[in-house]
Amino acid sequence: MVEKIISKFFDIRDSHTIEVYEQHGGYQTIQKVLKKMKPQDVVDEVTKSNLRGLGGAGFPAGRKWSFIPKDNPKPKYLVVNADESEPGTFKDRYVMDHYTHGLLEGMMIAGYAIGANLAFIYIRGEYVRQAERLLEQIEAARNSGYLGKGIFGSKFDFDIVVHRGAGAYICGEETALLESLEGKKGWPRMKPPFPAVEGAFGCPTIVNNVETIAYVPTIMERGGEWFAGIGSEQNGGMRLFGVSGHVEKPGLYELPLGTPLREIIYEHAGGIRNGKKLKAVVPGGSSSPILTQDEIDVKMDYESLAAIGSMLGSAGVIVMDDDTDIVRALHVVMRFYHHESCGQCTPCREGTGWAENIIQRILNDEGETSDLDNLVRIAENIMGNTICPLGDAAALPLRSYVTKFRGDFEARVSKGRKEAA
Amino acid sequence: MSVAFSKRALQKCEQIIEQYPQKQAAMLPVLHLAEKEFGHISLEVEQYVAGLLEVPPVKVHEVVTFYTLFPRERRGKYHFQVCRGLSCDLLGCNNIMRHLKKKLRVKVGGTSKNRRYTLSEVECLGACETSPMMQLNDDYYGKLTTSAVDKIVKGLK
Ligand SMILES: Cc1cc2nc3c(=O)[nH]c(=O)nc-3n(C[C@H](O)[C@H](O)[C@H](O)COP(=O)(O)O)c2cc1C
Ligand code: SF4
Ligand code: FES
Repeated sequence: MVEKIISKFFDIRDSHTIEVYEQHGGYQTIQKVLKKMKPQDVVDEVTKSNLRGLGGAGFPAGRKWSFIPKDNPKPKYLVVNADESEPGTFKDRYVMDHYTHGLLEGMMIAGYAIGANLAFIYIRGEYVRQAERLLEQIEAARNSGYLGKGIFGSKFDFDIVVHRGAGAYICGEETALLESLEGKKGWPRMKPPFPAVEGAFGCPTIVNNVETIAYVPTIMERGGEWFAGIGSEQNGGMRLFGVSGHVEKPGLYELPLGTPLREIIYEHAGGIRNGKKLKAVVPGGSSSPILTQDEIDVKMDYESLAAIGSMLGSAGVIVMDDDTDIVRALHVVMRFYHHESCGQCTPCREGTGWAENIIQRILNDEGETSDLDNLVRIAENIMGNTICPLGDAAALPLRSYVTKFRGDFEARVSKGRKEAA
Repeated sequence: MSVAFSKRALQKCEQIIEQYPQKQAAMLPVLHLAEKEFGHISLEVEQYVAGLLEVPPVKVHEVVTFYTLFPRERRGKYHFQVCRGLSCDLLGCNNIMRHLKKKLRVKVGGTSKNRRYTLSEVECLGACETSPMMQLNDDYYGKLTTSAVDKIVKGLK
């Protein structure tokens, strides 16, 4: 079994404090980096590690950092995405609760690599306790000279601002997040320009997920090659797989990228609860297309899931047993996307609403067989026709539930028709 | 103008604004502060915040109405927010909601007459490993059963 990196701190008492973090080797790496490495060396090492963005899209972290323009005189910013609102996802909460200084050290290293002297943590508004903890620990770090002017006695200035969101899933999308950080409503921006060129306050900005940044200190300590050696091809290291739904042991499991989904469900999460059978799995948060019980031998990495038409996303695994009402589950999902659509693009705003209504009608036993094709058509009209990926995040599950579990939908429609007759 | 921050809140507000390269960026944190001070964000509060941040009031209004965490009306002392996300739904959050509605005698989205309770339905709160769960004011309560809910309500002051 591979040793744990982040989750080993989950069971250590007071692991969120500077003292305990330093007892376990914390803040050694940043000092080494500041003394011995150039920013470009850090970017190269992270690139070598094959660390992927763990917020959902899986973009290689080192490569993203290299997009920061070298000759731009404007300030650069690092923004850590702690919005964590993808249904089924709860990993960043654990990182902030238990690996608080690991996240801060990762931010210092990332900030140094991209030349940012100021960083923001954009944390979802509901995480009140986590925001309090961050503020308290940032203050402690500042009092120790780990943040502020010339950190650790170096020439590098670095500070961190905690910015609380206010309840909007769309603000997890990086450009909506930047709008929100600037004090506006969370409407996604058109890309390009990409944030690395023009992000927060018109300046080059790197947006990374909490967990992505939290792996950075260990990568710099043990080396990019070591990290790359743990995962599968092009997917470096481990990540925190969150398992929820109908399993015996819901929770967070830190495992190498590429671990088979079957192993995660049956070995780590204890299998389906109450001795039931598996019906379906959502592998990477509610935006990822659903998998049937026959598809769970897939390796949990970005490319393997893409190859079977799904996504690793945020690695929030949602498990459904064979008593699950799939029509109802899809209704819950579509209600969510309709509620969270920012309304900027017609296909997303209207499509999610129509889909929710049609599924509601089916649940009310007033469905028609033609509704099923209409649902698929709605999904296809959203795809590729929107400003931000929320549209696709709604359309992909919609199409996958209806096509993979068409039998369930048909049975529901014909039951409704019989009852009406 | 009839609404204004206390001296302490005003100081806090200045500290917040200083953290950002642009004044308007302090919008969300200042609105959070205003919610703490005034209990909800009325049109008057919006105007007051607009003055503090030197932006037109419509900019504040746009933000307040876009996000879900800025209440525009007074809420109860205890705000129950039951998660209706997919994982919580799979594990029976609708039973928890039904139970709370009966127990608190409020409708979803409503506040009890004595302003003790407000009951809301919210999207995934990022604690699906404890489904079904809810947020009560600033804290999370997971692995809910109807009897666990009874205990929580009984423990309230
Ligand atoms: C609708 C939507 C919601 C998102 N929510 C989050 C989120 O809560 N947390 C997050 O880290 N990324 C989220 N993302 C992905 C971000 O846009 C962005 O890709 C990510 O923060 C980049 O960091 P990473 O490369 O480290 O993953 C979301 C994307 C979309 C389209
Ligand atoms: S796809 Fe949806 S959420 Fe994204 S910008 Fe368009 S309307 Fe807004
Ligand atoms: S679905 Fe309820 S906390 Fe995630």
